[in-house]
Amino acid sequence: MADKERKASGLREILVPLGATGLGLVVGAVIIMTIGENPLRAYAALFYGAFGSLDRILGTLTRATPIIITGLAVALPFKAGLFNIGVEGQMLMGALAAAVVGSSFRGLPMLVHLPLAIVAAMVGGGLWAFIPAWLKARRGIHEVINTIMMNFIANAVLAYLVVEVLRTPGEMIPKTPPILSSAVLARFGDSIPGITARLNMGFVLALLAAVALYYLLWRTTTGYEIRAVGLNPKAAEYAGIDVPRRIMLAMVLSGLLAGLAGAERILGFGRTLFLGFSPGFGFEGIAVALLGRNHPVGILLAALLFGALSSGGMRLSFATDVPSDIIVVLQATIIFFVAADQIVRAIIFPKKKGVA
Amino acid sequence: MQPILEMRHISKRFPGVLASDNVNISLFPGEILAIIGENGAGKSTLMNILFGLYQPDEGQIFIKGEPVKILNPNQAIAHGIGMVHQHFMLVSPFTVAENIVLGAEPRRGLSLDINKAKKAVSEVSHRYGLRVKPEATIEELPVGVQQRVEILKILYRGAEIIVLDEPTAVLNPQEIKELYAIMQNLTSQGKSIIFITHKLNEVTNISQRVTVMRRGKVMGTVATKDTSPAELANLMVGRQVLLQVQKNPTEVGNTVLAVKDLVTQDLTGEKLLDRVSFEIRAGEILGVAGVEGNGQTELVEVLTGLRRAHSGSVHLNGAEITNFTARQVKERKVGHIPEDRQKRGLELDFTVQENLIFGFHYKPPFAKHGLLNKQGIAQHADRMIEEFDIRTPNSETITRSLSGGNHQKVIIAREMHQEPDLLIASQPSRGVDIGAIEFIHRRIVAHRDAGKAVLLISPELSEVLSLSDRVAVIYEGQIMGIMNSSEVTEEQLGLMMAGIRPENYHPLEERSPVHGR
Ligand SMILES: Nc1ncnc2c1ncn2[C@@H]1O[C@H](COP(=O)(O)OP(=O)(O)OP(=O)(O)O)[C@@H](O)[C@H]1O
Ligand SMILES: [Mg+2]
Repeated sequence: MADKERKASGLREILVPLGATGLGLVVGAVIIMTIGENPLRAYAALFYGAFGSLDRILGTLTRATPIIITGLAVALPFKAGLFNIGVEGQMLMGALAAAVVGSSFRGLPMLVHLPLAIVAAMVGGGLWAFIPAWLKARRGIHEVINTIMMNFIANAVLAYLVVEVLRTPGEMIPKTPPILSSAVLARFGDSIPGITARLNMGFVLALLAAVALYYLLWRTTTGYEIRAVGLNPKAAEYAGIDVPRRIMLAMVLSGLLAGLAGAERILGFGRTLFLGFSPGFGFEGIAVALLGRNHPVGILLAALLFGALSSGGMRLSFATDVPSDIIVVLQATIIFFVAADQIVRAIIFPKKKGVA
Repeated sequence: MQPILEMRHISKRFPGVLASDNVNISLFPGEILAIIGENGAGKSTLMNILFGLYQPDEGQIFIKGEPVKILNPNQAIAHGIGMVHQHFMLVSPFTVAENIVLGAEPRRGLSLDINKAKKAVSEVSHRYGLRVKPEATIEELPVGVQQRVEILKILYRGAEIIVLDEPTAVLNPQEIKELYAIMQNLTSQGKSIIFITHKLNEVTNISQRVTVMRRGKVMGTVATKDTSPAELANLMVGRQVLLQVQKNPTEVGNTVLAVKDLVTQDLTGEKLLDRVSFEIRAGEILGVAGVEGNGQTELVEVLTGLRRAHSGSVHLNGAEITNFTARQVKERKVGHIPEDRQKRGLELDFTVQENLIFGFHYKPPFAKHGLLNKQGIAQHADRMIEEFDIRTPNSETITRSLSGGNHQKVIIAREMHQEPDLLIASQPSRGVDIGAIEFIHRRIVAHRDAGKAVLLISPELSEVLSLSDRVAVIYEGQIMGIMNSSEVTEEQLGLMMAGIRPENYHPLEERSPVHGR
């Protein structure tokens, strides 16, 4: 009985994002028609681009990997009632640490070097998150403001270091020295002929992170406390929970995840760091977390959707006259409908009145 | 006479509960109809249906004999129905006038015509004799006045049928008297009122008829003058209810709580507690009487680690606990039923089981090595639901969907099951039904009989007097005096609550004996 109810309400949780996605596609279709193209043909091209072959499927998963992790990084502090806009900056710092550690220490065995590089990346992200976390918990400075500021600082620091200090001599564009083979995250494509997608062990780490987050939030006392703080901090205080400490913890853990996303990009995907390697994975993570309702499973699915849109978008602009900018429009409308979920509810549950 | 409102054969099912089961009620013009019933009986649900917040699964609503469909609150308002909810719905930083006109603002072009709004507000407030200052912001007003604003808001929208859901639960005795006067004034002007309450004396004081609900059903409707509190109680819970607490004298033991010269100040340096000193011994209930807002909240917060003391000391079982953190205080076996269950006491969006371990969640059998033990938590929840008669479909229900009184039971179960050496109970029976009040009072007395100490804070004199062994009166942050409750009259307490110390007045000759509830 109770199970059935839970399933029913779980179903509703899924229906809203699904409905939002559907509505987003409908709006997209209208726009494509006004350009004078056939939306069905366009969506077919998009789908083919994202899932048309093994290589394309792996490409979609590759594109989804960093935003799975950044989505999780946004969701965790969100559960504590915090909006971490700084995942992008934290990821940049993580990437920086990965690039430095991964390209140094020649001669270290992989068993030491790779974990070291990953941990360095996570610590980099965590430290970058610790600053706004401390400011929020101990000084009451709003995390939205200070994480945005930290993003600017991260960008500037990264630009300076990559251009002036870490730059590989003799390269045209400024990038860091290549990651040593003892510190790379193995690419699956290397062992399959004909695969160009750079899907790597970082994808497995992303899945593990999703499981870990679920476990943390719903199976540990720490997660229980984080959720309590997020839902009602006054009650949490009453119950003897150290609210500022939980706030700091949620932010720092988020930073660790953001750093992990950086590690995947540098150690697995790019194997060097050049400026502009991130098209804003940290910000996309916000959209993914929103669409995934801050639930690890939802985030996996949402990241997959966004990954598919991005990787299929390339194909779309080759095969049709629809510019790939339509992808951004689609993502934006989907997010709009998720945020305005009452509209979606009214459309997919027309008879049932919303419960107050 | 034709009823102004009829609800016929109303049924409403929520997951796991039939909240309304073929309910019929009627309301006549100019009448006050009281609805009483246990926690979770379906009173608020029925009223929410009337107000268009829920749709009934079955049944119909008639207004002046005409069938109507009420799909949302705006339609309810259009039909002349107004509702003051169990929990207020005002916008705190807004002024009284802004709140009252909200949703039906007089406009000038695109902007709010504030002068017209103010005028309209003083007009309604004048017509019905409800005094408020239109410029005051809500957050600076006492609850009683906030409630008046809620009522005005309804009248401004032209309500003929007024629903008051447990309006007295948050009021002090003086405010309750004022509310009665307002209600009587409204009916004399032709309005009809539905009034939900748990207090039977209020029913007999003010209503013409009473409808009694139990488990979603109407058990009967009777004329108030033909019934008695005992009969109503019986109808309500289906058994005899002891309206008087049974309490035997006990031996007191060692001092459990010793508070000495406690001072706490607000940010401006004003003293919220001023050299408060008292002791509670094992096997004793100390009641704190006082008009709300005289330092009771702050006293409890300081004792439970939620607010810092500036000077003075608190000892528990002989050990100093001054300015310990909330968790440290809990660890020393202090239970706390907070005055505001929604703000402090519960995570409304947690499940019932999660709330039943709140604050103890890190200890066995609920957790080990930082991991939650699902089975231990579920078993504990089932035991508590059974023992404290918490009405919920199951332990995994989201707490928010329980009725108001059942929220309170969740807290009481959680705080009492671990048998704290000191139980601090702030308004423990606020919003709970008489069956549950009897139960809570019995538990509190049993707690004392088991040799524990209890600090009871309540604005209700009858509750303080009937439960406590000794009574302290608090006024403007100071303890005016501490007396044996068997030797004090309500009248003496009343004077002390108004700030007059016992040594400064001469008691009257005839002493009225103290009556419990
Ligand atoms: N939105 C909801 N979802 C699920 N169940 C609900 C909801 N609202 C009420 N219920 C259930 O319906 C029943 C009736 O609740 P209701 O709030 O009407 O009780 P009540 O008579 O007002 O009680 P109280 O005196 O404690 O306020 C309860 O069992 C409650 O748990
Ligand atoms: Mg109610």
